[in-house]
Amino acid sequence: MNSETLIPHLFRAEFGKITAVLARLIGFEHIEDAEDIASATFAKAVESWTFGKIPENPRAWLYAVAKNQALNWIKRHQNFQLKLKDYLTLNPDESGIIDLSDDSIRDSQLSMLFAICHPAIAQQDQIALALRILCGFGIEEISNAFLSNKEAIQKRIYRAKNKLRQEGLNLESPSVKDRRNHLQTVLTMLYLLFNEGYYSESNDTIIREDLAGEAIRLTDLLLQDQHTRMPEVFALMALMCFQASRFPARRDSDGQLILYEDQNQELWDQNLIARGTYFFHQAAQGNQLTRFHLEAGIAYWYTQKGDRKDKWENILDLYNHLLVLEYSPIAALNRTFALSKVRGKDAARQEALKLKLDHSPYYHSLLCELYLPEHPDQAVLHLRQAIDLVKTNTEKALLLQKLMVIQNT
Amino acid sequence: MNEYALIMRHEDGSKIASPEQMQIWMKQTMDWIGGIAAQNKFVGSQGLIFDDARVVHFDNVVTNGPFGDIKETLGGLIIVRAESIDEAVEFAKGCPVLQGNGNTVEVRKVANHK
Repeated sequence: MNSETLIPHLFRAEFGKITAVLARLIGFEHIEDAEDIASATFAKAVESWTFGKIPENPRAWLYAVAKNQALNWIKRHQNFQLKLKDYLTLNPDESGIIDLSDDSIRDSQLSMLFAICHPAIAQQDQIALALRILCGFGIEEISNAFLSNKEAIQKRIYRAKNKLRQEGLNLESPSVKDRRNHLQTVLTMLYLLFNEGYYSESNDTIIREDLAGEAIRLTDLLLQDQHTRMPEVFALMALMCFQASRFPARRDSDGQLILYEDQNQELWDQNLIARGTYFFHQAAQGNQLTRFHLEAGIAYWYTQKGDRKDKWENILDLYNHLLVLEYSPIAALNRTFALSKVRGKDAARQEALKLKLDHSPYYHSLLCELYLPEHPDQAVLHLRQAIDLVKTNTEKALLLQKLMVIQNT
Repeated sequence: MNEYALIMRHEDGSKIASPEQMQIWMKQTMDWIGGIAAQNKFVGSQGLIFDDARVVHFDNVVTNGPFGDIKETLGGLIIVRAESIDEAVEFAKGCPVLQGNGNTVEVRKVANHK
């Protein structure tokens, strides 16, 4: 591997680790300095690796440089924190305070994860901040993923950091009580981060899969800690694995979206499905039934090939329970689709018309589906409304293609 | 938007139907509730167990029952959001309990709702 391809991979993976460890040491109020030290470390790597030799163990090399940079920073700011200064006088082997062992990295990232998912910060800001600090994404990558501009993302991150400073955040290991209390916010952020990747409107396939991959990595972090290794977290992990198993089948070679019904089922990643099934079994411990359990159950049935009746009956039943627990328009639409598979299009159409989701393009594409093949005129009417309402070009292209097919039959 | 209770009265199904039939009813009930929830009109529900019930009378006289052997027995209730009593009645019409002749669903407005 040459340095040009090596460094971007390493940077992303190591940036979040180095930043989290340093921020815990020097305090969240100096988060930007922690980021700068991590960045400077990579700048040094670019300098010396591009024209020289790549070290045997690039990670160890990076950690050594990061430690040195951090020590210099601490010396320059000796009076900023008495505690640290005392520590340094007492410990002649000063580099020992910067602990980049696997355990320390994991604890630091967990603390950072809980810190970022502060209820005082808007959810979208939490996601942006997590992508920046924990996942090492650049501002440009984040703005690509969110279909936003760099300034807006920068503002978001700035606002979130400020809020965290105002809250007087400390990055010591969160107490067990804090972990339990904040877990919901953390899980919601991870769920949204995953969905951002899975349903992202960005055309950049790689970014989208990376977002989902990061959500899985961070959820795994929670599963490694005994205090957050809870059924609900296993359920979220199962959900993510089941959904991610369809990544290889969801886009054609031109990046065009392929709907579930039209996917080549042979491309579904059976390895991920098996992992998801393992996590799903773990999630069944205890007597808690959360929305993540229900959604993981639905996602499980979606990984089953073919159009078996029990598959759709189970999906319908799980959507019923999900809607009782928490209404969402997308669940209402998916439930109605499952209903059409179980009870036929006429019955489903009657229920669909009661949903009152006229502003949603997905509502109209569902109705189009339910009017076919017997009422093509009505179907086309709804399809045209869907085309008017849909926001992304990928989806618009898909619907226009469908319109052509209907009109030619 | 008001809240309405849909109060189901029916005999104890387990006395007259097979476990298989019970399961079908359960599924139908869940489909009915899911259809209401899909319109964001579902508020809550409460099923009631027929076994081991008591009635407390005047002077604290306690008798066993009801036994679910008459169709007027209270079986459970769900609460829905609706614009009017008529809309709530439309929801009630879908209740699977009404497949049994003699069973009823009583529709009542919930008090003190803004």
